[in-house]
Amino acid sequence: MVEPVLEIFDLVKNFGALRATDGVTLDLRPGEIHALIGPNGAGKSTLIHQICGTLRQDSGTIRFAGQDIGGLGVAGRARLGLGRTFQVSSLAPEFSALRNVMLAVQAREGTSFRFLKPVMRDGSLIDAAMAMLERVGLTARARIPAAELSHGERRQLEIAMALALRSRAFLLDEPMAGMGPEGSKSLTRFLDTLRQEAPILLVEHDMDAVFALADRISVLVYGRIIATGTVEEIRRDPAVRTAYLGDHA
Amino acid sequence: MNRENLVNFILAVLLLAVPFAANMAGQPFYVTLATRVAILALAATGLNLALGLGGLVSFGHAAFFGIGGYVAGILATHSFSGEPLLFGLSGTNQMWVIWIVAVLLAGLLGLAIGAISLRTSGVYFIMITLAFAQMVYYFAVSWPAYGGEDGLSILVRNQFPGVMTMRPLGFFLICYVVLLVGIGLFALIRASRFGNALQAARQNEVRVATVGIQPYRIRLTGFAISAMMTGLAGALFADLNRFVSPSMLSWHMSGELIVLIVLGGTGRLFGPLAGAALYVAFEYALGGITERWQFFLGLILLVVVLFARGGLLGLLAGKARHG
Repeated sequence: MVEPVLEIFDLVKNFGALRATDGVTLDLRPGEIHALIGPNGAGKSTLIHQICGTLRQDSGTIRFAGQDIGGLGVAGRARLGLGRTFQVSSLAPEFSALRNVMLAVQAREGTSFRFLKPVMRDGSLIDAAMAMLERVGLTARARIPAAELSHGERRQLEIAMALALRSRAFLLDEPMAGMGPEGSKSLTRFLDTLRQEAPILLVEHDMDAVFALADRISVLVYGRIIATGTVEEIRRDPAVRTAYLGDHA
Repeated sequence: MNRENLVNFILAVLLLAVPFAANMAGQPFYVTLATRVAILALAATGLNLALGLGGLVSFGHAAFFGIGGYVAGILATHSFSGEPLLFGLSGTNQMWVIWIVAVLLAGLLGLAIGAISLRTSGVYFIMITLAFAQMVYYFAVSWPAYGGEDGLSILVRNQFPGVMTMRPLGFFLICYVVLLVGIGLFALIRASRFGNALQAARQNEVRVATVGIQPYRIRLTGFAISAMMTGLAGALFADLNRFVSPSMLSWHMSGELIVLIVLGGTGRLFGPLAGAALYVAFEYALGGITERWQFFLGLILLVVVLFARGGLLGLLAGKARHG
């Protein structure tokens, strides 16, 4: 069997009396899209925070790219190749799209302590960043400040930055949120190709997208994974139907 | 040439033209005023690295300014008296040696203060930098060896090869060139990969960490460079006044540097120079009329903060643009 890229084992996180993450075990295998779904308040965000390193788990382990990443901070995990996008886009708003991606390129190269060469005259940096913008279809918007980009474009920009990091896994937090039906469709098509780059852990509310994309689905309810399986298995699972899917399936 | 470059160019030429005109008119006092502008502008350009680019509102930069001043004062005193300083090393009256020592010590102090202060942010950061600077201030006040509260006089201005430093115009030219070099360094750093990361950390810390850059390291480096430049300005300031005292280390000084930046335009290349020119002109023009000139400065600062956020540069050259 192929070694999983990301392996979460028996993860627990308490906030006072509330057990927000209750023994979650989950893995992400090469080439797959693993969707994480669950009703509001199920603990999806808490789980993401623990994977990214903004929150520390109380117990359990997270292994990524073959090592325990429990001791690493956000930046350390990113350097190992954990690329993420945010539920609410998180960019440097004053910088152009291009300069945002440049930041990711220089971070991957580990060249942020260079003081003399202007980035805007740095051919290799510009080319590398433009190549990423082209892949997400933002070439024409490269010089626009991130704050002036549309909602959908900001999502694309975040993905371009994750691509520039040459991530070994993508963690996408509700990428469809706030996108119109057209935007969702084109993003779905794009994510379908992205899985060849690296596996994706996809947290998403949009069931059409999840059913179209996911190889496996895990269902999180009250901090517990109540089921993991293929799209068909999850659709048929009675516990999932009562807990979450309702009439949708 | 875009509008901001034009404004910058005019500012640089004006600062050079005024002292020459004053010198020809036999008014050396104005040369001294222009020198004061250049030195304060350099100190504020240093702070602008931390505050303007990094968003680090340091209320303790007087510590670095004062350290630079005391380096100049102490080295000059030992050179004059012939008493060895430390480990048998003697003092010096050579400016460039003093500058190197001032820059290194201010940088080390910046690393030490920054290493602790940068673990906090917002108001806490402001307060902790203030607290550190006050510690240095009280240390200087209570250390009798170098004048304590009374300060330390530099009897003869320190030397620079090929320049008559006691002549106001000669010393002005030194300060002017150092200022231009400082502004040039600021421009380089702002446009560089490091500047990219430093400015991104101001705009969105989470974003910087998410691409794998630790904001703390970037900020600490920026803070130390900022301290070095302000320290160098302090050494020049001591030579200008031929006097150092704890007042260079006081929180008024830290506040003044912030005021210069806000007046001129935060994060702008020539903002500190514009702010320093405005400040010194005010101090001189209004100070001649009333002792309460700072009241009017306060009013102007209020207007700038409320209606002209970009400062003088914002008014003259429009909004700042990033690549």
